[in-house]
Amino acid sequence: MEYILQPWPWYVSGPLIALTMAILVLLGKRFGMSSNLRTICSIAGAGKSAAFFRFDWRAQRWNLIVAFGAAIGGYLAHTYMTADTAVAISADTVTKLNALGFKSAGQAYMPTEFFANTAFSSPKTLLILLFGGFLVGFGARYAGGCTSGHAISGLSNLQIPSLIAVIGFFAGGLMMVHFIFPLIF
Amino acid sequence: MKHIIYLLVGVFFGIVMLKSEAASWFRIYEMFQFNAFHMYGIIGSALGLGIIFTQWVKRKKPKSVFGENIIIADKERSFVRYAAGGTLFGLGWALAGACPGPMYTLIGAGFLPILVVIFGALLGTFVYGLLKKQLPH
Repeated sequence: MEYILQPWPWYVSGPLIALTMAILVLLGKRFGMSSNLRTICSIAGAGKSAAFFRFDWRAQRWNLIVAFGAAIGGYLAHTYMTADTAVAISADTVTKLNALGFKSAGQAYMPTEFFANTAFSSPKTLLILLFGGFLVGFGARYAGGCTSGHAISGLSNLQIPSLIAVIGFFAGGLMMVHFIFPLIF
Repeated sequence: MKHIIYLLVGVFFGIVMLKSEAASWFRIYEMFQFNAFHMYGIIGSALGLGIIFTQWVKRKKPKSVFGENIIIADKERSFVRYAAGGTLFGLGWALAGACPGPMYTLIGAGFLPILVVIFGALLGTFVYGLLKKQLPH
């Protein structure tokens, strides 16, 4: 029980992610989480504006159910399976984040500066979250997949396009953290 | 019955995302600072086993649990869409600190500002749909 309440090490977590993909493949489906965003747009009526959203979204219901389950899993894990929610990031990382003004580094699961409810009253924070999300949604569809679809599923299938996408993920992430963070924080 | 299976797979995945801390903004930042092995270990071990599993499926061609053929499609060959889309995704991943899977997980964990990130992601998906024909792929 004690092991469950602690953060799970990489050598447990990684194989369990591979297991998630394996189960979905054996169910005849795919492991790809960002497709749900397109499905939700279609349900909301985006098909009126663009052909990209005119498809049979009912065939994608299974994936929405997986996403809904992921939310339930997040609730269960956070509420019942975690003794201390603080993420033990390295001392170097804490120092760098403190210098950028993230005082919650090393003491919380998510930076309270962004993800506590006080974020709703900070226009700058809302704009950052909205823009970050926008890039994730736009980029995932442009690249045809996200971390699950390309970095896990696509690379497992030894796809060169997925390798290009994953190199892009890292190029973008490194640019953001090393060049843009110092400008905006 | 099928729906319950998908729901349980999702619950399992959500628990793994939260407990692995792959859903933590801090872990993503730390990864891009190369300050810890944690995220590389997660992605690397998932990928190593994923390759073995996927190649096994492609060679042995097992039927799915429901008796259908399992199709593992190749990605369409191109460069621009993967390089440009991937880079934009990476910029957002590092800023919002969450990729699509963890986004759903974080709603459940009660970090409500993630709803703003999800709204942004839906908006980004919608704008891509509008611009698709104009963008180089």
